[in-house]
Amino acid sequence: MAGAAAHDDHDHRPKGWIRWVYSTNHKDIGTLYLIFAIMAGIVGGFLSVMMRWELAEPGIQVFHGLASMVYGVEGDAAIDAGKSMYNAFTTAHGLVMIFFMVMPALIGGFANWMVPIMIGAPDMAFPRMNNISFWLLPPAFILLILSAFMPSAPGAHGVGGGWTIYPPLSTSGQPGPAMDLAILSLHIAGASSILGAINFITTIFNMRAPGMTLHKMPLFAWSVLITAFLLLLSLPVLAGGITMLLTDRNFGTTFFAPEGGGDPILFQHLFWFFGHPEVYILILPGFGIVSHIVSTFSKKPVFGYLGMAYAMVAIGAVGFIVWAHHMYTTGLSLDTQRYFVFATMVIAVPTGVKIFSWIATMWGGSISMKTPMIWAIGFIFLFTVGGVTGVQLANAGLDRSMHDTYYVVAHFHYVLSLGAVFAIFAAWYYWFPKMTGYMYSPFIANSHFWITFVGVNLVFFPQHFLGLAGMPRRYIDYPDAFAGWNMVSSYGSYISAFGVLVFLYGVFEAFSKKRVAGANPWGEGATTLEWQLPSPPPFHQWEQLPRIK
Amino acid sequence: MRKILASAGAAAAFFATAAAYAAQPTPWQTAFQPAATGMMEQITWFEHYTLWFIVPITLFVLFLLAYCIIKFRASVNPVPSRTSHNTLIEVVWTVGPVVLLLFIAVPSFQLLTSQYTPPEEAKITLKATANQWNWDYEYQNDEPLSFNSALLADGDRAAAGKEDRGAYPRLLAVDNEIVVPISTTVRVLVTASDVIHAFAMPAFGVKTDAVPGRINEIWFKAEKEGLYYGQCSELCGKDHAYMPIAIRVVSDAQYTTWLAAAKTDLNGANKALMAEIDSTSKVAVAGN
Repeated sequence: MAGAAAHDDHDHRPKGWIRWVYSTNHKDIGTLYLIFAIMAGIVGGFLSVMMRWELAEPGIQVFHGLASMVYGVEGDAAIDAGKSMYNAFTTAHGLVMIFFMVMPALIGGFANWMVPIMIGAPDMAFPRMNNISFWLLPPAFILLILSAFMPSAPGAHGVGGGWTIYPPLSTSGQPGPAMDLAILSLHIAGASSILGAINFITTIFNMRAPGMTLHKMPLFAWSVLITAFLLLLSLPVLAGGITMLLTDRNFGTTFFAPEGGGDPILFQHLFWFFGHPEVYILILPGFGIVSHIVSTFSKKPVFGYLGMAYAMVAIGAVGFIVWAHHMYTTGLSLDTQRYFVFATMVIAVPTGVKIFSWIATMWGGSISMKTPMIWAIGFIFLFTVGGVTGVQLANAGLDRSMHDTYYVVAHFHYVLSLGAVFAIFAAWYYWFPKMTGYMYSPFIANSHFWITFVGVNLVFFPQHFLGLAGMPRRYIDYPDAFAGWNMVSSYGSYISAFGVLVFLYGVFEAFSKKRVAGANPWGEGATTLEWQLPSPPPFHQWEQLPRIK
Repeated sequence: MRKILASAGAAAAFFATAAAYAAQPTPWQTAFQPAATGMMEQITWFEHYTLWFIVPITLFVLFLLAYCIIKFRASVNPVPSRTSHNTLIEVVWTVGPVVLLLFIAVPSFQLLTSQYTPPEEAKITLKATANQWNWDYEYQNDEPLSFNSALLADGDRAAAGKEDRGAYPRLLAVDNEIVVPISTTVRVLVTASDVIHAFAMPAFGVKTDAVPGRINEIWFKAEKEGLYYGQCSELCGKDHAYMPIAIRVVSDAQYTTWLAAAKTDLNGANKALMAEIDSTSKVAVAGN
């Protein structure tokens, strides 16, 4: 009587740790992902505040002390260990924020929670695979943390090659086991993402409710579908590249070693063939989320729905053929650079379509400035700022002067730290009432926005100036002339860190006050399927499949 | 307060010598360093040119957002429109950006092409080999001249005659500068001996990675005498921030004298060159 047993399961919710560790429920797994992302975000944020603290003044103020605390070295050895530790911090900040904060939050968290509900499916297509996707992440994270305490270069600990781990610095440059642990961590995190991507593609293609054609599917589901394809196609290339790195390090191969006929630049091509789609992986789900929020709080359908969907398809497709714009200074031939300049500029067109369509969605609407909407509008503006500097950087002739300076740091933080992260917080406040059943305090949530908005702009806008003046990236110490803007940037990071505390307090406050949110706190503008369910949704939803007209 | 006074003093000292040493970053700078080559002038022009597109676009988006927030707020506009399509405007905001991008692309491709088109055959070829964490330079003449260039240690400032921290700033000053003559096309062949580094000189508009096993070629033609600073621009390990690049652009005669002397006594040649530059700049100041 398998049918009867399955029927019993509907009301049987596993109790205690079994519910979470053995979970095959997309909502529980989504919650796990979100908790994981918050914790990783705190770690990654801590790393960045330490770096900004160090950079607040010229000279080395912080890291020699930190190194002597953590690694027990003294004197000049502490200075040297501190310099290496700074590099390990930049590396870990990048890897943690990308692989363990933004991706788990947007894809594992919000997409896991909402995509099945939005398309009218009872769960993901492969619930057990969903479980392993999540549970691969903690070991990957632990490996990365462990790598910080392993020897790398002589007298140094932790992976100090940047998140791009270019050889030979990541091979002969750091012979210790730290790099091997980090590579393994990336392998496992990558496997987790590939499994998740397979799950989303299968779910979205096969489990849409009757009547929901692809062209009626909510844009968030579209964005996750495209993201899943990007993951599926790009991560294996990274896996191949870092596997070759691993064998170069340990088994005497010379894929990237010129003395054995290899080429260090080959790794950069492999890395960026993954790395560029990766940045769209980070931002596309945010595009989907912002579309829903703008539509909901303007009480209007999304303007140019098909254009929005296919703009994301275009961004995803073109995203695969622009990778070498990260490599203009590596010695690419003139014709190669010309091609990548051209291809990169093309991306501005679908991106512009999205920005203008969001504004057109607001145009003529009946706009209520609730917290998610404030974050979404913040996203649109800041993403525009980061987008237009991206158009500048696309030009190889100009990038010659900007490459590897703080201008690039400012650019990608405007699109990711300000773009993707604002989208995450927009989604958090949008779906928090749905996921928990409780309403957050609008006052705390709005304070969180304004503190963060001021903080991150103070961090990153002055970095444009530093980059133009010529300050290179990944420097623990800089000529005294750069001191002014670095100080401003550091104060901005302290303000942003305070914003994170306000966020955490807001979560705590919402759970302790238990204000009941109701099934649809956002009113008539919220038209996607999740708002037809109670808040929080039942353990299993859509036992009766919804029919889409 | 003392700190502020000190930095103001440093700034004043800097501006006093700014005429002679115009090519290093300055406090609170918000734009590119002053160009010392025609190439950097082109890059600076193009950067300003792009600003004429991106700043108005950003302000336009900001204006539209603010307009929507105010004009269409729920209290003013309780009944939303149901418009979700307008083919004309969708075509406009697709084709419009394409046209704007063409306006950016044309000068961009010209700039890129000119970076790979030196105006003449290079008269001097210099090989720059990056090491962790210093540079080896080799003048590839009939009688090659080669020397190492590393960060100037504080203890060596007095001996090198480089106690002026305005002209020889912390983290930028080196023990042995590259010396090149003015208005001469110089080819630089860049490579590395261990990991990837990058040779960068902001005032010249050049930057290229130093990759082991490869030789990347760049060229520059400096049009202003002075002492110019750049820094390693590809993460290369512990002392990435401590391997600056310094190029001294001098007159033809000074270069010839220096080159002849440097083959036997590099330190002596450098000191003699510095002494001569000091005396000519003093004459210039007196002449003013």
